[in-house]
Amino acid sequence: MSPEVVPSSIATANAAALAVEVLEVVYTVRGIDRAVLRGVSFQVAPGEAYGLVGESGCGKSTTAYAAMRYLPRNGKIVGGHVLVNGNDVTGMSTDELRRFRARDASMVYQDPAQAMNPSVRIGNQLIESFTLLGQTKEQGAKSAVEALRRVRIADPERVMDRYPFQLSGGMQQRVVIAMALACDPKLLVLDEPTTGLDATVEAEVLDLVRVLREETNAAVLLIAHNLGIIRSLCDRVGVMYAGRIVEEGPSRQVFDDPQHPYTVGLLRSLPRKGVRKQERPLATIPGILPLIGGDLPTCVFLDRCPLADDLCRTQVPPVVPVGSEGNRFTRCHHVDRIPELVEAPPDVPIGILAPSAANPEVLELTHVSKTFRQRSISIPALVDVDLQLAEGETLGIVGESGSGKSTLAKAILGIESADEGSNVSLDGRQMSASTTSRSTADKRAMQMVFQNPDSALNRSWTVRRILMRTVEKLTGVKGTEANAKVEALAAHLRLTPRHLDLKPRQLSGGLKQRVAIARAFAGDPRIVVCDEPTSALDVSVQAAILNLLADLQAEERTSYVFITHDMGVVRYLADRIAVMYLGRIQEVGPTDDVFNGPNHPYTEALLSAIPSVDGEPTTRIRLQGEIPSPANPPSGCVFHPRCPRAIAGVCEVTEPPLAQVAPGHFMRCHIPIDELATMQRSTAAEAR
Amino acid sequence: MRRYLLKRLLSALITLWLLATVIFLIVNVIPGDVGRRVLGPFALKEDVARYNHDLGIDRPLINQYITSMRRLFTLDFGHSFQTKQLVSKMIFPALFRSGKLALLAFVLTIPISIAAGIFTARRQDKLADRAVVNVGLATSSIPEFATAAVLMSVFCVHWRFGHVFADPPPGTSVIGQLRYLLMPALAMAIAYFGYIARMSRAGVIQGLQSDYARTATMKGLSSGAVMRKHILRNSLAPTITVISVSVGYLFGGIIGVEKVFNYHGLGSVMLTAVTSHDIPVLQGAVLLVGIVYMISTLAADVLIAYLNPRVRLEGTR
Repeated sequence: MSPEVVPSSIATANAAALAVEVLEVVYTVRGIDRAVLRGVSFQVAPGEAYGLVGESGCGKSTTAYAAMRYLPRNGKIVGGHVLVNGNDVTGMSTDELRRFRARDASMVYQDPAQAMNPSVRIGNQLIESFTLLGQTKEQGAKSAVEALRRVRIADPERVMDRYPFQLSGGMQQRVVIAMALACDPKLLVLDEPTTGLDATVEAEVLDLVRVLREETNAAVLLIAHNLGIIRSLCDRVGVMYAGRIVEEGPSRQVFDDPQHPYTVGLLRSLPRKGVRKQERPLATIPGILPLIGGDLPTCVFLDRCPLADDLCRTQVPPVVPVGSEGNRFTRCHHVDRIPELVEAPPDVPIGILAPSAANPEVLELTHVSKTFRQRSISIPALVDVDLQLAEGETLGIVGESGSGKSTLAKAILGIESADEGSNVSLDGRQMSASTTSRSTADKRAMQMVFQNPDSALNRSWTVRRILMRTVEKLTGVKGTEANAKVEALAAHLRLTPRHLDLKPRQLSGGLKQRVAIARAFAGDPRIVVCDEPTSALDVSVQAAILNLLADLQAEERTSYVFITHDMGVVRYLADRIAVMYLGRIQEVGPTDDVFNGPNHPYTEALLSAIPSVDGEPTTRIRLQGEIPSPANPPSGCVFHPRCPRAIAGVCEVTEPPLAQVAPGHFMRCHIPIDELATMQRSTAAEAR
Repeated sequence: MRRYLLKRLLSALITLWLLATVIFLIVNVIPGDVGRRVLGPFALKEDVARYNHDLGIDRPLINQYITSMRRLFTLDFGHSFQTKQLVSKMIFPALFRSGKLALLAFVLTIPISIAAGIFTARRQDKLADRAVVNVGLATSSIPEFATAAVLMSVFCVHWRFGHVFADPPPGTSVIGQLRYLLMPALAMAIAYFGYIARMSRAGVIQGLQSDYARTATMKGLSSGAVMRKHILRNSLAPTITVISVSVGYLFGGIIGVEKVFNYHGLGSVMLTAVTSHDIPVLQGAVLLVGIVYMISTLAADVLIAYLNPRVRLEGTR
């Protein structure tokens, strides 16, 4: 392989805080070295933030960990250099490396709850970072309190005495950030720092990182699969594919005007700019990522690229500068043909019938409550939920964790029996509260697709056996007839006959989720409850699954209850959206109404918390504090302690009813809708 | 913490009560007439009946049950059927002797096996790891009494290093006693080494792969400091539980070893009691083992609660 050319236009390695030079990393799997990074080069200046994006398996996390020289036991750097502040990390001795990590580089991790020692007090974990710099315990304790203050923790002395599990996710991540900043690092690596956090908490953490970036002069390397986060935080971005950077440039330019076929595909597969399923299916990237260690063709993206031709097959694409400023490049033979991809005509829209009032109602929930009891304390997880679902309609359910979304799904399915007095009706018939006492026909009518297909499918069974069993259980047919039905079902979900005889672990994440969806559709359900069905998948795979769900719905007239935290996804797929908070529906209405506002203040905060890849100006409503415990909900409107628009003397006294503010649009707020509209218009104007 | 301890103590007491009840039931369903057995086949029926009456075993079961429960709480188990001695006078010294042996076995096993666990975890799947793991697996699958016999014939008979009779004569110094007890203790240590080492190895491997260990390494701590300050206290909980549970097995295993080395500990007392149908002694000895077992698991729980705040602070946030 020819040595990679480093674009000369970029500042020299000496000026950069982080310079990665033609880095090659292999993982040894069963004795064979498999290449993961195949010559990655980029530089980050002091005070600059650089983002790496790409789908799982592209090598972005490996790059981040290689920069800290922390690779798994079977991973090793086989070529290239990582220079931090001019020092070559790849050549350091164990002691030098330790000093480097203590003084020059820090990292913030994906899962803050796991990243801290569960049995050591926050204070001691923080103090350790300072004693490593040569401070005494006493100095360290003072510095630790200071560090907590720096990450905007209100009561640092008290937090010092706590254990990690006693803090909320947002607080935990603040502490990890405080630890990372202890040494005033030259290089700060953030690896998916907000993945797994709620949208409002994510917004807080991102705000904090933004502020801290101004305060320090560290070079920031940010790894995130969420392009919106990269756009809102990073000056420059590198798009990785199969262990190489295929495009690099200022993040705004790259996202607004992508110049590599892969970047184009990635951006087009995102549900964005308010696109709805009625308008067009999401674009997908055909094919799959090359296996790690596989022989690379001339161009890494060759097999999946719509522009690939003989030139691409025979010659390694050069580094092509983009624009005249010398700060962008792409690796493609056909930069001139990129506009074809961007402007490709939208695929034929799915034949979706707009659900209307004329459609018969399938599901009706009236006064559905669920109270958990834990040692004589009652915890109301669902409070008096009223909802309807029409045939062929998708109802999106959003809200932060702990808002009762999943409990609602379980109550509908009867996995958790709703309280006495709750009524779940299917086609006008009241269902018994518990699945076990429902008839097979009723069980068939309601099925579920789970977030993680890995744990939802029996891993020692073949796909055929998994589907056979479901078909037999739900429809009562047996033997060859059931087998025929399984094959028809698989074909319908675009699974090939070959897939049927594989086990789940032999399938990719997207294929596994297809099997899980096939399982749910085995008995021709009336309603399918989807609990975050795409949140574990890459965006191009997510697009395919969302298209599939929309297709199935159009053909089968199935109704969906779609639980998600991803506002883009819910906007694309849902006809109506219900916003939940502390077990209550705060707002429910047609998707356009909910997105265009005026909104309930909680919805407004949720919407403004989302970093957008399109960089639209979003209002910045930030919630104070954490979700209160459902065991002890606030008086009056349960949202009032965190509501930026709460009316003193009213909101904490009485809980507002869920009142209709527009046709089909209901809201639980004391503020009249017109006033809300005015307030939200002016907030939006300020943000601009 | 106090609430947790109270809860654990209460459940230990309930378990003990259940154990005593089960022992009582087993003893009473074992067929056999104690009086007939003690007095022999030629004794008069009346004598046998009088003998049984004196022992109190002709009374209704419920009365006997109440008596035995009362005895449980006063630790007075009555008199031996065989020797007429006070049961407590027989079993407590025996417990003390067995305890000495068990303690020595533990002292030999635990530090070495935990160290071996850490050593192998660090070298996972390398030659040294495989060697230690396989040797441990092999030695823990040989029963203690077999190891004891081998050790005895090699060290005590051939090299005359230890003593064939492990009971030190009265008045032997502590150091002197060690020479008597070393071989039987070693026999038990060899059997438990592999077990505990494997357990701590698994715990440490999990700790090494944890995110918090990664954080500690990235802070710039040396690998030794990461192990000492972060991994061990989280990784050893399962090992502590296994050790506390193995106290029960140890008293089972001790029977064979005591027999081989002719040591008069609780094991040989129990063995004699079983063969001679000496119910009070058997009851007392088994209960005593039960109590030791309860204490060791309770101690393990306390230690784990001390190491793991989540257990200690359960329910607070």
